Amino acid sequence: MNEVILKIENLSKQYRLGLVGTGTLSHDLKRWWYKVRGKEDPFLKIGDTNDRATKGTSDYVWALKDINLEVQKGEVLGIIGKNGAGKSTLLKILSKITSPTTGSVKSKGRIASLLEVGTGFHGELTGRENIFLNGTILGMTKAEITQKYDEIVEFSGCERYIDTPVKRYSSGMTVRLAFAVAAFLEPDILIIDEVLAVGDAEFQKKAIGKMKEISKGDGRTVLFVSHNMAAVQNLCERGIVLKKGSIVFDGGVEQAISSYLAEYYSSENKIIDFPVETSKLSIENINIVDVNEQQVSNLILGSFYNFQLFLRSKKDLRHVNVRLQVFDENNHLITTLNTFHTNNVLNISENESVVLKCCMEKLAIAPGKYTLGIEIFDLFEKSTIYENEKVLYFTIENGDYFASGRLPSPQNIGKCLVEFAWKLNYYDIT
Amino acid sequence: MSKNNSNTTDWLFEITPKNNLLDLNLNEVWRYRDLLFLFVKRDVVTVYKQTILGPLWYLIQPLFTSVIFTLIFNNVANISTGAVPPFLFNLAGITIWNYFKSCFSATSNTFTTNAGIFGKVYFPRIIMPLSVVISNLVKFGIQLFIFIGFYIYFYVNGASISLNKYTILFPVMVLLMGLLGLGMGMIISSLVTKYRDLRILVEFGVQLLMYISAVMYPVSFFIDKLPEYAWVVQYNPLAYVIETTRYILLSVGNFNLNMFIYTFVITIIILFIGIVIFNKTEKNFIDTV
Repeated sequence: MNEVILKIENLSKQYRLGLVGTGTLSHDLKRWWYKVRGKEDPFLKIGDTNDRATKGTSDYVWALKDINLEVQKGEVLGIIGKNGAGKSTLLKILSKITSPTTGSVKSKGRIASLLEVGTGFHGELTGRENIFLNGTILGMTKAEITQKYDEIVEFSGCERYIDTPVKRYSSGMTVRLAFAVAAFLEPDILIIDEVLAVGDAEFQKKAIGKMKEISKGDGRTVLFVSHNMAAVQNLCERGIVLKKGSIVFDGGVEQAISSYLAEYYSSENKIIDFPVETSKLSIENINIVDVNEQQVSNLILGSFYNFQLFLRSKKDLRHVNVRLQVFDENNHLITTLNTFHTNNVLNISENESVVLKCCMEKLAIAPGKYTLGIEIFDLFEKSTIYENEKVLYFTIENGDYFASGRLPSPQNIGKCLVEFAWKLNYYDIT
Repeated sequence: MSKNNSNTTDWLFEITPKNNLLDLNLNEVWRYRDLLFLFVKRDVVTVYKQTILGPLWYLIQPLFTSVIFTLIFNNVANISTGAVPPFLFNLAGITIWNYFKSCFSATSNTFTTNAGIFGKVYFPRIIMPLSVVISNLVKFGIQLFIFIGFYIYFYVNGASISLNKYTILFPVMVLLMGLLGLGMGMIISSLVTKYRDLRILVEFGVQLLMYISAVMYPVSFFIDKLPEYAWVVQYNPLAYVIETTRYILLSVGNFNLNMFIYTFVITIIILFIGIVIFNKTEKNFIDTV
């Protein structure tokens, strides 16, 4: 079983920035001239790492730089990383859509890639004709498709429309049909890019189920790229994290995800600048830390977090009340963390610095994007010291809240989770 | 374990920056033959969906062009077509020319029109131009049918036209035309990915090409009138194929074996260059298109 099926060695890919077309001829000629004299390509030496935010000095960037990777047969590998980290470039090279600048990929199996569902669908053709067309585009033979035809149609749930031109289909139906074709591909190595982000909740569930079946059941090697951490966690055993064209983490999928999230969200989540000065106190900082005291802004459902306020008092304060509020994307109040509710009364003397921590053993708010609001109130003088509904952004990712090994599906959680226990008792109806 | 594997060399395939220029990968093309067939079917079936006249359009276009050519070139400009009815002379030229033209125009856009598919999935890219050449063969067949209709009509009415022993070479002529269109189209398609200017050039270039390809006049007529530029037509493989096709079908002109070999060789060379450039382009075009 322990057999390397895919081996990537020193793989790099360079892209030219700016308008391709202007100056290509002169660069081409220069390249050719260097080549004639037996020298190295002059444009390969230059090139910045692929950081979109900073302005580089060169016209060329490395979308991928020295990637080395071995994939075992039957392994399900998750590839995660920010937009522009090189994920798609890597997949494109693996699926032979574009070639690397340097390095090589060796494979022991046929690769089929699913970078998009419904590639080559033609609106004028019927569902049946499109199944065959799309299937052959993806690398199946006609005989293979004929053999699986009934299963494909059944999986897509489009029996009634199978002889209708696809242009009359709803977009959802087109996607279902397309995914159904792809789901019955049988390559040795399957490459999947974000295609699960289509269709309604029910179909997504079906799609994830099918993927699991493909990878777990049939022992096929799968490379899976997604921004959906829950799906990655669910499907993969091993994860690699790409950053600016290089692999920065390679290991178990759980560590990969947390490494990626910590990296991605460590900063840039503050809406306002600290310290905030008021007449009575100054708010030095507000942040969220995880169990390892690491500052985070991407939280995982069911994990431990501390919300921390760093305050410095300018005068003696008695009966200070602090209220943190969590708002969702639509500005609906989700929950309130109020010192008043828990009878925590805060007294701070003049010029004293304190850190106020609100500890959450088990984060129970549903996955999504949130903002944190704050109000500091002087109960003694009955006056507001500071109030702001938006001080911090944070997001919550799906996680194993019930420690049961099962991820709740985000669509079916609601706004927050509560502790519960099911009991089954028997009683006699006599 | 990885040590064992680095020793074994049983990799199924390898992706590297450079490839063999002549790596035709016919095996792979063969494996994708079903796709080739389905692309052809798609092209043929979908072209005239939701049109009233449907495939009749295939017939209208050459007929009208022949009528106009006959009026302008034969009646107004007085170009002689010998004993052959000018209309049939023009129809023969246009039918075979059209096959080249549609193969050439469609293949020269291979990369730009299919960037969407090519950017998402891999299959041997050459399947696309091949499917174009084959599906245009269907169109050519229909047009040939109407030609045969008129042929019989003129024959019955006593025009001096006849087939000859070279008529069996007709499929070869069609093949040469298709391969020329394929080869030239592949060269242009590869260059278009970088230099878009060529697309505009091709648009009117094809028009100009028709005038030096003996579509509406016999080669001998051109040599007569413009002896100093005769080489333009004489060494043009397209003109040769059209002239010979007319000879094969109508027995007008003659058959020149040397020129046949010349045309054959030129076609193979163009096709060869086309495949080499195409192969080189297909690996990276998605980055520049």
